[in-house]
Amino acid sequence: MTPAIAVVNVSKVYRRYQQKKQFATLKSAILSGTLIGDLKPDETFQALRGVSLSVPKGCTYGVIGRNGSGKSTLLKCVAGITRPTTGTVTVDGRISALIELGAGFHPEISGRENIFINGVMLGLTKKEIQYRFDEIVEFAEMQDFIDAPVKTYSSGMYMRLGFAVAVHVDPEVLLVDEVLAVGDQGFTHKCLDKFAEFRRRNKSILLVTHSLDLVEKFCDTAHWLDHGVSKGEGDPKRIVAAYIINVEDSEENELAKAEAARVAAAAKAVSTPDPVEGVEPKAESGESPAESGEGPAPAEPEGPKDGFKSDEGRWGTREIEITNVTISGPDGEAGHVFQSGDSIQVRMDVTSKDTITDFVFGLGLFNADNVCVYGTNTNLEEFRPTEINGVGSVTFTIDKLDLVEGTYRLDLAAHKADGYPYDYHRLLYTFRVKSRIRDVGIYRPDHSWSFSGGIKISSQ
Amino acid sequence: MFKNLAALFRYRGLIQTLVVRDLKARYRGSVLGFFWSFFNPLLLLLIYSFVFTQVLVGAHDKEMEPYALFMFCGILPWTWFSSSVLESSNTLIAGGNLIKKVLFPAEVLPIVTVMANMVHFFFGLPVLVGFLIYYQRPVDPLELLWFPVIVLVQLTFTIGLALLLSALTVHFRDLKDLLGNMVQLWFFATPIIYPMLQAPANMRQWLNFNPMTHLMISYQEVLFFPGPHGHWKWLVALGFGSIAVFLFGYFVFDRLRDSFAEEV
Repeated sequence: MTPAIAVVNVSKVYRRYQQKKQFATLKSAILSGTLIGDLKPDETFQALRGVSLSVPKGCTYGVIGRNGSGKSTLLKCVAGITRPTTGTVTVDGRISALIELGAGFHPEISGRENIFINGVMLGLTKKEIQYRFDEIVEFAEMQDFIDAPVKTYSSGMYMRLGFAVAVHVDPEVLLVDEVLAVGDQGFTHKCLDKFAEFRRRNKSILLVTHSLDLVEKFCDTAHWLDHGVSKGEGDPKRIVAAYIINVEDSEENELAKAEAARVAAAAKAVSTPDPVEGVEPKAESGESPAESGEGPAPAEPEGPKDGFKSDEGRWGTREIEITNVTISGPDGEAGHVFQSGDSIQVRMDVTSKDTITDFVFGLGLFNADNVCVYGTNTNLEEFRPTEINGVGSVTFTIDKLDLVEGTYRLDLAAHKADGYPYDYHRLLYTFRVKSRIRDVGIYRPDHSWSFSGGIKISSQ
Repeated sequence: MFKNLAALFRYRGLIQTLVVRDLKARYRGSVLGFFWSFFNPLLLLLIYSFVFTQVLVGAHDKEMEPYALFMFCGILPWTWFSSSVLESSNTLIAGGNLIKKVLFPAEVLPIVTVMANMVHFFFGLPVLVGFLIYYQRPVDPLELLWFPVIVLVQLTFTIGLALLLSALTVHFRDLKDLLGNMVQLWFFATPIIYPMLQAPANMRQWLNFNPMTHLMISYQEVLFFPGPHGHWKWLVALGFGSIAVFLFGYFVFDRLRDSFAEEV
């Protein structure tokens, strides 16, 4: 059986022209023969590199990948809107592409007339549209407004009508580009039902989406694109899992890079002027480092002067110096992305040149809104310092990271019991918490649900 | 190219629908609606009659009366031509959404522009007929058989030009601005508000190079001047020329077709 869609070794090169090319005249184009020959680009951008895929009839095929990975270009090649630079695309049967909904609507004329025009554009005859008209209107939930000009429609109505027309074209092959977010829950369900119906009738769907849930639940096969290269094809669960790991890795790299830059900048800003004794950041007078969440004044002399925000930086006398900080997950490896519920360890390596007897180690945890989620120090928890000399390390362990999904930042500090800073690292360390549960808030208490009586409920 | 050309025939339903949409949308919201298709040429005629019968009184020969009718025979088809050319240059850019987001045969857009303007031209014809009756200028019914031929030649020529210009404007947006002036110049280089005979003899050979000259003279001979249609040889030659223009326009359009989705 021939596949519904066969994409063989497709590459697509977009051409970018220099600014001055925009002003190229017709005369020069004719003289240099570019009109008849080929325009010569200054720069090319390869959106797809040798991608192959085959969608059998009746298969729902999901394409995932990060922004700029070439998903939409692939879809446009399959739809025939752009032609691949090399390689071939063959599609068996009528295509309907849900790339932009209602793209052909004319704002001045009524929804009713637009349905007919859009239908003709998608390849139906007038009679076929007449036959499906009521179904389309009902599907779009537009009975009351069908005779109003389309320009008066809300964007949701516009898209629903576009969607309704496109799926009622009765295509053999349906191409969908991230358009399921067009209505309320009810409408989304209706769209999914429509897709399920397509499947039953042995039609094929090529779906491009960022919704991994949808791919897992709905697709028979998934395909992962990354920078125009095919990274894997097969069972949706497996591909999605591989994709998630990759995304986390690159998030990890980004966070690590940003953090390294921040720490380096803070270190540089501090190393220039010698810290002046006795002049402390006023927020430091608090007992707990967490309290500095109120914001240390940017006026502190040791604080970073140039460029970056006052709420992030490093100051202190460095009598005790925090030389290195690592955050590590349950596997003991340093990282920046953790699953909610993991155990994590924050470890600071410290050095002190002289013997110091008055010292406190503190930690503050902030969420993306700069709300202090938690703050503590060794003084508050009634550790009595005896002395520190030479090299040592402090490890703060959280057994179960009960935080909701989001990005968190850490304050780490070594200071005197009265707040006088030795080395204060303000919001320099970042980690991200991922969670399968989409709960909200700043803290997830240990909890469970139980039900009794006439309630029937089950977890997925 | 010829495969695509054959596909064009299949799009006739689409073209028809879009022409109707264009016409409906154009006057939607205006009080007079479709009547503008009659009023616009009428108003234009009044302006030209005023200028040539009240201001520039001695500018034309006596036997050219009624001069307003003479001009109208040319202005009406010229309006079709000029608005087609001007609008078509922008039509691909305006329809960018269709080209980029929907599988849509791009050549339909300039063709629809020309066709929609042709329908406007037809709406103006009753005004012309009204004037013919008013001035009691009988038209030889046999000569009138030439009329559809002239329209067909003009249609072919205009579509060819529209295809060429719409495709080029995607790459050279300057054309859009340039065209306004070019069309104005073209208007005066065509015997519309002056008869061919009144043009200086040394200019006449140059005017003969202008395809629109022969179209306009044909309209004038059929509708205005008494006597047989003596210009038909030119018209037939132009007919073949128009087919060549159409094929050339379509060839360039087809060459540039793949770049539209990226450049629009």
